[in-house]
Amino acid sequence: MTKEERIENIKKLSGTDVRKCMKCGKCSGRCPAFKDMDIKPHQFVTMLGKGKLDELLACKAIWNCLSCMACVERCPRGVAPAAVVEAVRDTVVRMQGNNGIKAEEIPPIVDELIPQQLLVSAYRKYNK
Amino acid sequence: MQRIGVFICWCGSNIAATVDVVKVAEVMKNEPGVVFSANYQYMCSENGQQLIKQAIKEHNLTGIVVGSCSPRMHEATFRKTAEAAGLNPYMVEIANIREHCSWIHKDMDEATEKAIILVRTAIAKVKLNAPLTAGESPVVKRALVIGGGIAGIQAALDIADAGFEVDIVEKNATIGGRMAQLDKTFPTLDCSACILTPKMVDCAQHEKIDILSYSEVEDVKGFVGNFNVKIRRKARYVDETKCTGCKVCMDKCPSKKGLNAFNMNLNTRPAIHIPFAQAIPNVAVIDPEQCIKLKTGKCGICQKFCGVGAIDYEQKDTFIERQYGAIVVATGFKPIALDAFNEYGYADNKDVITSLELERLMNAAGPTNGVLLRPSDGTHPKVITFIQCVGSRDSSGCGKPYCSKICCMYTAKHAMLLREKYPDTEVHVFYIDVRTPGKNYDEFYRRAVEQYGVDYIKGMVGKVYNENGKLMVQGSNLIDNEQITIESDLVVLATAIEPEPSVRKVATLLTASIDTNNFLTESHAKLRPVESPTAGVYLAGVCQGPKDIPETVSQASACAAKVIGLLVKDKLKTNPCVAIPDEMMCNGCSQCANVCAYGAITYVDKEFRLGGGKTEVRRVASVNPAVCQGCGACTVTCPSGAMDLKGFSSKQIMSEVEAICKK
Amino acid sequence: MKISYYPGCTLKTKAKDLDVTARLCAKALGVEMEEIENWQCCGAVYPMGTDEIATKLSAVRALDHAKHNGGKLLTLCSACHNVIKRTNEDMRSNEDIRFRANNYLKLDEPYKGETEVLHYLEMLKNVVGFDAIKKAVVKPLNRKIGAYYGCLLLRPSGVMAFDNPENPTIIEDFIRAIGGTPVTYPFRNECCGAYVALKNAELPKQKSRKVLTSAKEKGAEEVITACPLCLYNLQVNGDGILPVKYFTELLAEALGVQA
Repeated sequence: MTKEERIENIKKLSGTDVRKCMKCGKCSGRCPAFKDMDIKPHQFVTMLGKGKLDELLACKAIWNCLSCMACVERCPRGVAPAAVVEAVRDTVVRMQGNNGIKAEEIPPIVDELIPQQLLVSAYRKYNK
Repeated sequence: MQRIGVFICWCGSNIAATVDVVKVAEVMKNEPGVVFSANYQYMCSENGQQLIKQAIKEHNLTGIVVGSCSPRMHEATFRKTAEAAGLNPYMVEIANIREHCSWIHKDMDEATEKAIILVRTAIAKVKLNAPLTAGESPVVKRALVIGGGIAGIQAALDIADAGFEVDIVEKNATIGGRMAQLDKTFPTLDCSACILTPKMVDCAQHEKIDILSYSEVEDVKGFVGNFNVKIRRKARYVDETKCTGCKVCMDKCPSKKGLNAFNMNLNTRPAIHIPFAQAIPNVAVIDPEQCIKLKTGKCGICQKFCGVGAIDYEQKDTFIERQYGAIVVATGFKPIALDAFNEYGYADNKDVITSLELERLMNAAGPTNGVLLRPSDGTHPKVITFIQCVGSRDSSGCGKPYCSKICCMYTAKHAMLLREKYPDTEVHVFYIDVRTPGKNYDEFYRRAVEQYGVDYIKGMVGKVYNENGKLMVQGSNLIDNEQITIESDLVVLATAIEPEPSVRKVATLLTASIDTNNFLTESHAKLRPVESPTAGVYLAGVCQGPKDIPETVSQASACAAKVIGLLVKDKLKTNPCVAIPDEMMCNGCSQCANVCAYGAITYVDKEFRLGGGKTEVRRVASVNPAVCQGCGACTVTCPSGAMDLKGFSSKQIMSEVEAICKK
Repeated sequence: MKISYYPGCTLKTKAKDLDVTARLCAKALGVEMEEIENWQCCGAVYPMGTDEIATKLSAVRALDHAKHNGGKLLTLCSACHNVIKRTNEDMRSNEDIRFRANNYLKLDEPYKGETEVLHYLEMLKNVVGFDAIKKAVVKPLNRKIGAYYGCLLLRPSGVMAFDNPENPTIIEDFIRAIGGTPVTYPFRNECCGAYVALKNAELPKQKSRKVLTSAKEKGAEEVITACPLCLYNLQVNGDGILPVKYFTELLAEALGVQA
């Protein structure tokens, strides 16, 4: 797959039209994980539009996005930055050996109160 | 036998790049009835028109077809050309091979084929055309202005100064509109009232202007030059001819808790009130929802204290009917409701206000006498944060997709005035883009930054919330790629504007078209920007699109020029393409009269001979050709097919359809 | 009345309190929650990728089951509600997903999003009615209670259609119905950050403290939630700023039903 094809694929996977973005920054004004996002929500949209594939695939932000939809809810242009983050994350974890969580990492960090919901969702989000 | 001439225009490359114009002209030479066919680069040019005139004379043409741009552009041009060559102007048909063909197709073969069909269709029609003669209708030399804001005031003054009578119908108790609520105006910072109220007074004193305040347009009939308008004069429960504006009633009224709409509901006013000190007319009005006397029958204090006996609790709405030659719509705007923008905390925090509310809080005649105090606790705010584009440029469905145009400038104005008046305040402005085109506008905005030290932050606010008594404004700073939270005392929302909702009713009454955002549509975005597509109706101010005061005043004066140009004429040429009933087929059912939007159709009893010396009297439709606008609604409604439209007869339309369908 | 009920993975294990109290209260209010047969875990997070089909099938199966058993599907866990409601919207309005999901499942009759997904709170409000609850309360809770909505119930509001996403009121109305005093605070609709706990332990700590501090500042004595993950995060990472409970526990207390 060429770089261009990969970019197109991420766009398709996100289901959002990055050209609709007017670069107002409202998504980043609301993001509760902003400090932990090395690429900010608005940058996901603009960088995907510009085809900055390598930077997107290498970022840490895909592991820190809370998928809380605050950015989607308030976008004045109907863009979904969270869906772009997820499309990039999906693209990363679908590559062999790129799972975000290794099974052996789990037992030491699990306490007996942790709800199944957290383990199931982590596996679904970070692994394929 | 008809002798038809065909003229195919290239329109430079507009048509010729996509349509093989030479081929189209060649093909037409073989059409039955066509005796002449030519193509030319610019048929609308002097030379092109000469070509047409010459051909009409040399070939004794009885009708012509011009394959060119839309008839909206040049039908009138080519009709004049034909007339100059001695041909009846209604023997001209336009085949639109530009907007309907070359501009929307890419493939030359397809476009050429379609152009041939379109021209053939026009030929089929022109063969059935008959010479028509335009009639005349008189012009009523009086204009109606709907809306008494700065747009309506300016238009009325200009029309009246030219010597024509003008009525201003204003739904509120005073004229002045939104401009009366403003404190200072950009880019020169003159006091709004100081420049507006002299114009309001001029209106009141002008012998040609009649201000019908607290009134609304109820019904409109007729057409350009001859509008018949019914106006509701709402009961104000005060005799306008007696009230002296002394305000004793306002002091004595025991019901003082009504929200003061003029002050954006930031304080209260008595049930009987004059909206503001310089109101025109300076006459009180009673709010019937609030008045104790009108609600319970007990009170009557204002009547007791009124020295001139102006109070009349029995007053009812009355109606007047007047005739006008032209109508100016200037219904204005309002800020949008902020229900869909709870992230800014407007509903929950008194100190989150709109820009128009800030105007009142800074105005010497406002609820705080011009001293900026927080609505929540009456303290001086030290940190003030402005948020731009609240509801503007929002295509998500929560706000308006358009730019409200005035907010960048008034926010710069607010920021500057605050820093000037209260140098100890800190002022921040969140913006997406700063849009300040206009004479001395960008300089004005830069002054806010450079001279007054206003902090402009490129970014948008995601949330405003209250924490420990402070308004926390959380937003992005895109230049520094950071998220910031500004502890503020006052937050001002540059709220999007929308057309005053009453414009919908006005538009319906005038059959004036309106766009998806409720702005009235102009006839041509560039070349006829102040005219509605409905003849005789003109548009001024924000009802047509977002604009500031200088633009509004320009547009209002342009409207006035158009109105004056119309009213100086004694008579108007009427459109001869009017409806005509076939009395033998008419069964008198009245359906055509019911659908006629112009009231052009009446019914008459007419005597018909039956043969053998017998007669019968039947009820049949009769069309007033001066009133008929040729819309054709009656022709398609008539169940017996008795109604036809001159120039667009059923036979002509069917011949066009046949020409299109024929391979 | 009977209503098809989807409990979800956590409610059978770590969040038994939520499940048990909800069932007892529903019974006391005249609603029988009928657990659907052979339900499978919804996946606990809605997959947004437009090509995700297999990850949505368990939700579709539950929805189809409910379609044939009363037409309504009751949810309780915020995550299940979010996943199932959004998947249902996909099945209703996204032709591509509908076609491919049905192609997998080969149901007797294709599922087209016919089922109405109802959260327990919506059931209380619209089926039982808060007035009826008020009448059934035997021990009004005279406490100041903060509603914690979090993210999953409210957003994306276009699909969830649960409440005003910025200014929700349904849990506040619920608190009033059980005799409590609702305390509104600005972080009640902010995410607690728990979803990334396994990758980034610090973020959920900060966010949960912020939520509870905000509630406490406005006068709340305790906070209630519908989400097992929020409860866990706010309890474990919230430094004990305020006690956190499931909303159904308070309902049980007010109705006087014993677990």
